[in-house]
Amino acid sequence: MMRFLKKMFRKEKRNYPDFWRAYVKEFEIGLPESLEEIRFVVFDTETTGLDIEKDRILSIGALSLQNNSITVNQSFEVYLYQHFYHAKNIAVHGILEKESEPKITELEAIQLALSFIGNSVLVAHHAGFDRAMINAALKRHGLPKLKNKFLDTSSLYKRTLIASPLLEKQAHYSLDEMAEKFDIPTTDRHTALGDAYITAIAFLNILGKLEVKPSFSVKELLR
Amino acid sequence: MKNTISARVADFLRVYPPFNEMHPKDLDTLSHEVSILYKTKESVIFEEDGQPHEHFYIVHKGAVVLRKNSTNAIIDLCDEGDIFGLRPLMANENYKLEAKAYEESILYAVPIADFKPYTQKYEGVANFLLESFASNTRNPYSNSYKGKLLGESSALQPQLDKGLLDLQHVNYSKKLVTSPKNASVKSIALAMTKKKVGAMLIVENGLPQGIITDKDIRNQIATGIHPITAEAKEIMTAPVITYPKKMTIAQAQMAMMKNGISHLCLTEDGTPNTAAVGMLSKHDVMLELGNNPAVLMKAIKRAGKFKEIKTIRRRITGLLKGYLDQNIPLTLTSKVISELNDACIKKIIKIALKDFENQPPVKFAWLAMGSQGRSEQLLHTDQDNALIFENVPENELSKTRAYFLNLSKAVNKGLKIIGYEYCPAEMMASNPEWCLSLSEWKDRVSHWITNPGPEEVLLSSIFFDYSISYGDVNLVDELTAHIFKGTEKYPIFFTHLASGALQNPSPTGFFRSFLVEEDGAHKDFFDVKRRALMPLIDGARILILSHQIKSINNTALRFERLAELEPNNEAIFSACSFATKALLKFRTKQGLLHNDSGRFIALDTLTKEEKIKLKRTFKTIKELQELIKFRFKVTQMLG
Repeated sequence: MMRFLKKMFRKEKRNYPDFWRAYVKEFEIGLPESLEEIRFVVFDTETTGLDIEKDRILSIGALSLQNNSITVNQSFEVYLYQHFYHAKNIAVHGILEKESEPKITELEAIQLALSFIGNSVLVAHHAGFDRAMINAALKRHGLPKLKNKFLDTSSLYKRTLIASPLLEKQAHYSLDEMAEKFDIPTTDRHTALGDAYITAIAFLNILGKLEVKPSFSVKELLR
Repeated sequence: MKNTISARVADFLRVYPPFNEMHPKDLDTLSHEVSILYKTKESVIFEEDGQPHEHFYIVHKGAVVLRKNSTNAIIDLCDEGDIFGLRPLMANENYKLEAKAYEESILYAVPIADFKPYTQKYEGVANFLLESFASNTRNPYSNSYKGKLLGESSALQPQLDKGLLDLQHVNYSKKLVTSPKNASVKSIALAMTKKKVGAMLIVENGLPQGIITDKDIRNQIATGIHPITAEAKEIMTAPVITYPKKMTIAQAQMAMMKNGISHLCLTEDGTPNTAAVGMLSKHDVMLELGNNPAVLMKAIKRAGKFKEIKTIRRRITGLLKGYLDQNIPLTLTSKVISELNDACIKKIIKIALKDFENQPPVKFAWLAMGSQGRSEQLLHTDQDNALIFENVPENELSKTRAYFLNLSKAVNKGLKIIGYEYCPAEMMASNPEWCLSLSEWKDRVSHWITNPGPEEVLLSSIFFDYSISYGDVNLVDELTAHIFKGTEKYPIFFTHLASGALQNPSPTGFFRSFLVEEDGAHKDFFDVKRRALMPLIDGARILILSHQIKSINNTALRFERLAELEPNNEAIFSACSFATKALLKFRTKQGLLHNDSGRFIALDTLTKEEKIKLKRTFKTIKELQELIKFRFKVTQMLG
């Protein structure tokens, strides 16, 4: 019985599609030690809602960041077919079913996204939610969870603030607050790539502030 | 190919030359290949004599300074939309200048390989670049010809805005005010008054014959040497000293100094034998130099946008540098600079108020705290501010506060734009904790005074140096009176304040060697703020407050006042005042040198003399601390 289960398990692992195996293979090489060499992928997902089980991803935007530089042509923006649609979200994101962007299926999006991110360190604002959304999508297609390291700009930002008796740190800082603090235009707010860009600039600002702190180390950052 | 980000890049580029010449489609394609670079303040983009990059750059946000290292001369300061680093596009050779982020900046890096085809496709683009290269200016279409793009040796002039533009051509007034030789002095005086000029050129057939200035009228007429009915030719200074119309500011100044005159007559070829084309007064030269408090003040008053004030602030820094270079007494320097900074802040608040639909519901006062409140903020540092508003009925409190919080948010943002970083501890009026009604503030300070724990002492030491930047002074006076009533009742507060003041770490170790920071980004640097300035600032505050004086906030002035109040301690307080000024000057110079707050000093860059000077102030600090310890009985409390 045990042997049978083990065999099943192994078999299932072997049956993962090629793109997933290619993705996993990337992690055989560890992350570089210096901050300049680490590739960060800053991303954002626009979704039909906040329910991780029921809601779906409408679009994913991601951009690649290395050595304080964003290469525009290495960015990633996909829109997904939606059979399931919450009318209330259209008001937030302005993404309409009929909009002109060419759409792809969830599985295609996953394939493209995995090959784009590779073993990079993923950065998102309130990263926990985006991670859960993508993991839920992976699960629907019988795939395991993402293997990448994650950084959350909301909690990183908190680390730049000085403790003061009259400063109550908020539990969360919204992306709009980040944009306000770092003077980033919000023209493209609520498009996945636009939000990813705001997050990236905020991340660079935060990193600049954290880097000069005596306690800073790459290891600590990625922990 | 196009995505959300490349579309934004294209939106930005299409406004600036040479990209404005390109077809939107081509610009979209090019924008897609751009890299967006984030540079922290002072980080190097390329080095002088460095290998050419595969990109050239456009400043998207922030500013980049181009510098020639050998002479340390600033060649140009590139602002939003300016291009730099073009050399690899034009010639296959190393950079001639160093490029460094002057402030936190975002740059667009355009790959040269992708850009090159467009220089062939678009004549406009090619022309722009060619002209840039040939005329050696960054933007040949701008009439100011301000920047130097490539920094050829012939063009290596130290330039920083109007800071050191000595070598720029002067702008002279082309509207000549002239009179014939036989005009009466009275009619000349009337004409000069009407035209608001200080000098009249006397011409014959268009050729300059002589000049009459205000001074001539005083010396020749008012003294009675000539009657007021005299003719121009009797009192004019002749022959006229003439110069060619193309002269630099430095040349004009030299000419005036050499001849001891305040007006220059400019002629077609520089000799008196050609027609006069313009006049240049000392005042014109001053305006041209720009870095003069009166001119800057006027510029601040005229500004209508936050961004305009940002440029003015750079000029203020230029003025500060000039003052320090010329060794002008720090008391005067800090007075002038603080006055200008203060005017900037006032203007920011005015602009913010103007942008608001509703006027403030009640009276309010904007307070500067910390170093700005003490008028000791010479360089850009973090902002520390607070807001008091008039008491309102309970049911209107939240609405009123909401208004002032919104206003403060706008002001804080404006201050950030002109170069004051946000306070990392959020001690800013946009924080609800620092935006209170008068009675709320009274309650808060009463609490600090009657419960002086370490936090309360820290907060009072920051807050109690407040000074009003804008608004109703009565609100502030009332709060001050309240503070003194409180401290009179609870003198123990001073003991706590004193023990707080004594907690600053000592500047020297056992063998009188400097104590340097042991870890962090400033390892082995000397923290001049924490170890030397803070003990003086804290000491002055507690002593002057114990004398119930609030009107003086400046540390050096506080010590001077203390010396008057306590003749028996005159020597030590005078020494403290001197030490404060010396240290502040030291810090400011270091800050200008490194384009930072000047707080951390690399000891190995100091001369022996400077080190001795620094150490001398430490002795004074020690004496002051002894005095405070004794007077406020701190030891008893510690024991």
